[in-house]
Amino acid sequence: MSLLDRPSQTLSSGGITGRQAWGLVGLLAAAIVAWLVFAVWPDWLNAILISKKAFVSAILNGITLAGLYFLVASGFTLIFGLMRNVNLAHGSLYLLGAYIGYEVTNRTGYWLLGVAAGFAVLAVVGVVMQVFVFRRLEGDDLRQTLVSIGISIVAADLMLAVWAGGTYQITTPEWLDGALTLPVITAVRSNGASVFLTYPLYRVVVLAAAIVIGVVLWLMLHKTRVGMMIRAGVDDRAMLQASGVNVHAVFAIVFAVGAGLAGFAGVVGGSALSVAPGEDVRYLLASLVVVIVGGMGSITGAAIGALLIGLAEQIGLVYFPTYGIVLTFVIMVVTLAVRPQGIMGKAR
Amino acid sequence: MRMHRRTLMALAVFTGLTAPSMALAADDTIKIGLLATFEGPFTVLGEDGERGAMTAVAEMNGTVAGKKIEIVKGSSDASPDSAVRAARKLVEQDGVKVLVGPLSGDEGIAVKDYAKTQPNVTFINGTSAAQDTTLRDPAENFFRFSTDGAQWMAGLGTYAFKDKGYKKVATVAEDYSFPYTQVFGFMAEFCKAGGHVPSKSWVPIGNKDFSSVIAAIPEDVDAIYVALGGADAVNFLTQYQQGGGTAPLIGGSITVDQTVLTSKGKLKDVLKGTPSAGPTADTNDAPAWKAFVEAYKKQPGAFPSPSLFAHGYYVDMKATLLGLDQVGGDVSDGGKKLRDALSKLSFDTPTGKVSLDKNRNAIADIFLTEVTEGSDGNLLNKLVKVVPQVNQTLGIPEDEFMKLGAVNRDNPSCP
Repeated sequence: MSLLDRPSQTLSSGGITGRQAWGLVGLLAAAIVAWLVFAVWPDWLNAILISKKAFVSAILNGITLAGLYFLVASGFTLIFGLMRNVNLAHGSLYLLGAYIGYEVTNRTGYWLLGVAAGFAVLAVVGVVMQVFVFRRLEGDDLRQTLVSIGISIVAADLMLAVWAGGTYQITTPEWLDGALTLPVITAVRSNGASVFLTYPLYRVVVLAAAIVIGVVLWLMLHKTRVGMMIRAGVDDRAMLQASGVNVHAVFAIVFAVGAGLAGFAGVVGGSALSVAPGEDVRYLLASLVVVIVGGMGSITGAAIGALLIGLAEQIGLVYFPTYGIVLTFVIMVVTLAVRPQGIMGKAR
Repeated sequence: MRMHRRTLMALAVFTGLTAPSMALAADDTIKIGLLATFEGPFTVLGEDGERGAMTAVAEMNGTVAGKKIEIVKGSSDASPDSAVRAARKLVEQDGVKVLVGPLSGDEGIAVKDYAKTQPNVTFINGTSAAQDTTLRDPAENFFRFSTDGAQWMAGLGTYAFKDKGYKKVATVAEDYSFPYTQVFGFMAEFCKAGGHVPSKSWVPIGNKDFSSVIAAIPEDVDAIYVALGGADAVNFLTQYQQGGGTAPLIGGSITVDQTVLTSKGKLKDVLKGTPSAGPTADTNDAPAWKAFVEAYKKQPGAFPSPSLFAHGYYVDMKATLLGLDQVGGDVSDGGKKLRDALSKLSFDTPTGKVSLDKNRNAIADIFLTEVTEGSDGNLLNKLVKVVPQVNQTLGIPEDEFMKLGAVNRDNPSCP
């Protein structure tokens, strides 16, 4: 043992271990962020970063957008991790969920019912896709991927035929309207009164929902029997099948959860932003980038990837809008160059 | 599999047999290409453009100079390369000699450049309204009867400064040539009147989340000038309302257009009372406009009132048909006669007289408007004032106007 220990001791001859050093860096970063958020900014900082309001809003928006991306990408990454199936129709599931949420909310007047319908209907659609399409092409990754592209194109045109090209806005209920006043001072007026940051309540709810779902997903994967099967399937599908588990049932569950989450995200996202043709491709692209950055098949990876991409998009939009989109792809390229399997991905 | 291959073969043979016969379409029809955005973020706009064009065709009962009009549609997604691809397909594969379109600013500039490589084809604009499509380096065979984005703003800058009393205005607009042109048109007057524009935000087209952009707008401005189109405008306005925005808005021409006003959601409260200007006004009382609205409403899926895209495509298609009528539908000379006829053409549209300048850009009336709620709950653009016969240099002598420089993100500037 002592022989094995020695190298690490020589490395940390400065008196602190590598882990402690990282901890210090982390603490320092946290302190800087806390100061940026809570302190009243001096003029020179306002001059560099436009205004405190703009900066803090961009960060908050980045995090809520990350919540939305996480909801879409977590299903995508689960399906890929388990079935090696790059489901390029995942964006269409998002858009279909949004349209269904719109229809149900509009007809019944209950937004929550719309959200539930978005999840339930899309979960069924996911199972149908798995049973009738992907199961037939099992083990043939390329064909599955090509078929999913086909499905996404057909679905996009069908949705265009039904809902036309207009922009829909899912109406959120009264209790989700309005703005929260956060305990963050953005400026001090000349008479000494402090101006507090206001932030739309709905976005905070979106973020909270994403966190809750992320935690539930994590618990499901790590604390339940089905989760254990899914994780085992991600690592070695053949072995799981050999040990007597009905993998098809597991696949169907994963597809239902993944597609349902995409539908859920569609309704939630369609209420925060809007629903229009083309959203399918946008969210497919976003979840692809998120999953590439975070690592295929990892829920934690999807969360980290979503956070990075969401923040990059919003900060880019405020500080260099013309080249903002480049930032997202720079992150992707750097990840691919330094850690091709993604931040949390396992090398295969 | 073999069956499949045979079917494919049969299809290929069939296509081979029918293709030449399509190209050899009988002499008694005339093909007109119609290029608009039938996909992507501007789909609704493109569809309404088509309704406008078809209204003009229906007005002539589908014939011109005794020949049947055959419309061949081409679709783009508002990106310049897709517009050129669609135009190439219409010209080089379908063999149209007359093409109406495209819809969006950057597309117009790209198609104008393509027009230079096809001197025997006549291009008539749809609604693309970037200034440089006709002002700088124009193409001999590209005609625009629908005015540009700076012309559309005529009167608005002065109105915002003098009548509304806004001294400081921030702008939010999409990052391409048409919104540059619109902001230019607004600021040309607003800055001259003494106003200031301390902050200009350019956002990528198709952006969904505007809340960070909204947060970055300075708090001490009197109003926000918004030049966004279609879904972008809807997103911005909703998030502005959700974020508790209080500054009044000034609208770019397509921001308060029917394509946005009719969308479903909570836009009404933010939009009411927003001043704007453009080539149309919904409450125009002129009999010609009313007749046009009635004719337009016969098209399937029509809005309560035609959008400026329906209007622009109508005017350009109408001009095309009038030109073709004058030359007896004859384009066998490479369209030279048609182009001569078009450049001299002057006619009465539902929105007043239109004629062309030496760059083949329209001189037409512009309408100053304000958003109000109609009796049936629809939002409408109420006519405030007509600015008669606005030319492309906005009434400024041409050499002086050219000195203002090409429109871009930083030009003009009056912080």
